[in-house]
Amino acid sequence: MYPIVKKIIHSPAVKEFEVYAPMVAEKAKAGQFFILRVSEKAERIPLTIADYNREQGTITTIIQELGASSTLFGQMEEGDHILDFVGPLGVPSEIERYDHPVVLVGGGIGIAPIFPIARDLKEAGNEVISIIGARNKELLIWEEKMASVSDQLIVCTDDGSYGRQGFVTDALKDLYEERGQLSALWAIGPMPMMRAITNVTRPWELKTIVSMNPLMMDGTGMCGACRVQVGSETKFACVDGPEFDGHLVDFDLAIKRLSIYKDQEKRALAVLEHKGGHCGCQ
Amino acid sequence: MSVKNRPGRQEMPCQAPQERVSNFNEVALGYTEEQAIIEAKRCLQCKKPKCRDGCPVEVLIPEFIQAVADGDMATAAKQLKLKNALPAVCGRVCPQESQCESKCIVGIKSEPVAIGRLERFVADWEMAKEEAEEAKVADLDTVDGDQESESSATASPKKQKVAIIGAGPAGLSCAADLARFGYDVTVFEALHVAGGVLMYGIPEFRLPKAIVEKEIDSLRKLGVNLQVNMVGGKTFTVEDLQQKGYEAVFIGTGAGLPNFMGIPGENLCGVFAANEFLTRTNLMKGYDFPNFLTPVISGRKVAVLGAGNVAMDAARTALRLGAEEVSIVYRRSEKEMPARAEEIEHAHEEGVQFKVLTNPVEIVGDEQGWVKGMNCLRYELGEPDESGRRRPVPVEGSEFFMEVDSVIVAIGQGPNPLVTQSTAGLALNRKGTIQADEEGRTSLPGVFAGGDIVTGAATVILAMGAGKKSARAIDQYLQSKQS
Repeated sequence: MYPIVKKIIHSPAVKEFEVYAPMVAEKAKAGQFFILRVSEKAERIPLTIADYNREQGTITTIIQELGASSTLFGQMEEGDHILDFVGPLGVPSEIERYDHPVVLVGGGIGIAPIFPIARDLKEAGNEVISIIGARNKELLIWEEKMASVSDQLIVCTDDGSYGRQGFVTDALKDLYEERGQLSALWAIGPMPMMRAITNVTRPWELKTIVSMNPLMMDGTGMCGACRVQVGSETKFACVDGPEFDGHLVDFDLAIKRLSIYKDQEKRALAVLEHKGGHCGCQ
Repeated sequence: MSVKNRPGRQEMPCQAPQERVSNFNEVALGYTEEQAIIEAKRCLQCKKPKCRDGCPVEVLIPEFIQAVADGDMATAAKQLKLKNALPAVCGRVCPQESQCESKCIVGIKSEPVAIGRLERFVADWEMAKEEAEEAKVADLDTVDGDQESESSATASPKKQKVAIIGAGPAGLSCAADLARFGYDVTVFEALHVAGGVLMYGIPEFRLPKAIVEKEIDSLRKLGVNLQVNMVGGKTFTVEDLQQKGYEAVFIGTGAGLPNFMGIPGENLCGVFAANEFLTRTNLMKGYDFPNFLTPVISGRKVAVLGAGNVAMDAARTALRLGAEEVSIVYRRSEKEMPARAEEIEHAHEEGVQFKVLTNPVEIVGDEQGWVKGMNCLRYELGEPDESGRRRPVPVEGSEFFMEVDSVIVAIGQGPNPLVTQSTAGLALNRKGTIQADEEGRTSLPGVFAGGDIVTGAATVILAMGAGKKSARAIDQYLQSKQS
């Protein structure tokens, strides 16, 4: 069992957890993920590592309550125990020293996993420019943490309630016009956002790495649920990724594959809500 | 009694096909004690038993069968467990017809003795007895002398520490023997339960998970330490284990990576690896959705590609999940199918269709990215290939469209790369399996390997046999290290 040592509620559906899992924290690296199962009947859900503390033996993650299992997780409190917690999984981010600035783009809760990559790139001596965005001010997370590892931080909200108004892609285009030479870019966020970023950077021939978060079960290459079409190849996000060359990823297919169990997920969530009595039907 | 006058092989009582396709309960119900004794008496008790040569874990077959014939089930169980750590599992999933039973002398003129069914009977008998005894102990709620002596036996100082990576059939059988030899054995498992393919792959209706759990419990009683949520190559490496004082390591990480055919459309929604489909159903209990939260989709018209045991399991699972039409699609004929005879027979009885000499060349999707069918070719059989089976040759101009809304790919698995890629100096074969000798010795001293990670995807019992041989080699290695 893995105790929750800290919980921060960022907004009604966005929650940050720090979980005591020393074996995972010992090996965790930027870009990797882990899988948890909160209780006997819950799904195994893959979550990207947002931070880790080897001394304390903890892993930090930020979740958005979407399906039944992530909602169950979101309802847990400090001191509660997670049944299963396994990792770190996947290939770590490739960190190197680049000649020109590197850009980190985080959208929504994707800001959290972009943080340790930014930190490592900064520590490796890079000029780090971060662009973070959310729908509105309430949903924006980790601005201070991102500022602490960035030479320049650009904050956007879709509705203009904070920072500059507009999408992260708009901010990126302006940055490119201003700076021209960039060495590499990482983008983590909802699939449509990552697709939009890759469409922007493709004509610039800028190395663009995205972190895929497909359906997954075991996370060790066994089930094949996490297949991603990358160029002409089929890759398993769990063992080959989760990071891939964004210009080669078939996002249209990836987005469709995310919805395979959409109807069942709705049903599971409905059952969960009925049990909790939130719907008022009981 | 001459062979001629012997009674025929006792039939296995089964749930009726029309009934069982709508539930996940076990299909084969097991012999009654009376049936078991009749069947055991069919054994000739050969002086040089050939059946034993056919068993990868060298079960004392005539010995345990004699005990059954005598009605002495306790002795039978002891004889069985001497060699086989998982008899209740093997009695259910071993391909006996191509192993022990294929060598049975009775089988020359009549049907062979039902060794597998007897093994299952004895193992189940013992489990039932243990359960009854445990219930009695719980009732009394006292510690008697017997228990004390047992715990002091297990507390005797253990020999060196040995690590096993992977709690599947190979790892568990290796662990059981090493624990019996007195070693301090820890098994590291990546999933949240031990058992490997026995838990995630083989369905409940063929191998009840409660049976697997009980077998694993009996390993715990032997003193084997089991740690779940530990991914070899990720959470820890072989080198980490050596640094932590494990003097030998056995790698039994299996054939995890599902193969695909490499045809267009394989990543469409509705195309599943059999591993995904079966793991959702078995390990995550998707058949009990939404009580359990992991969903599984069977589709209405299902094509299962492949004809091994995994394909039969997937097809029969799809029927139970409510699919209207399920077809095994296989490019050779039924004769070449690698599945156990009983699985093919059960699939037939349950209404699985067999579209043999057929293979897809493309999976076709609709606008939403969902499977709507497959373009297929018909085949005929040509000359035998290197496997000795007649090579399937496509018939020119035979292309046709098969309408399906779900495709389950069950054409085998490759070796899992996580441990092999993270272990420097470990020699691999071209296909990524580990190079090991007959006893599982690898290119690294103190590192052993066995099961599917060495042979490529094979059977539960072959993996168990490999684990057993490695246990002996590890014992030798550690003894020579000490002296």
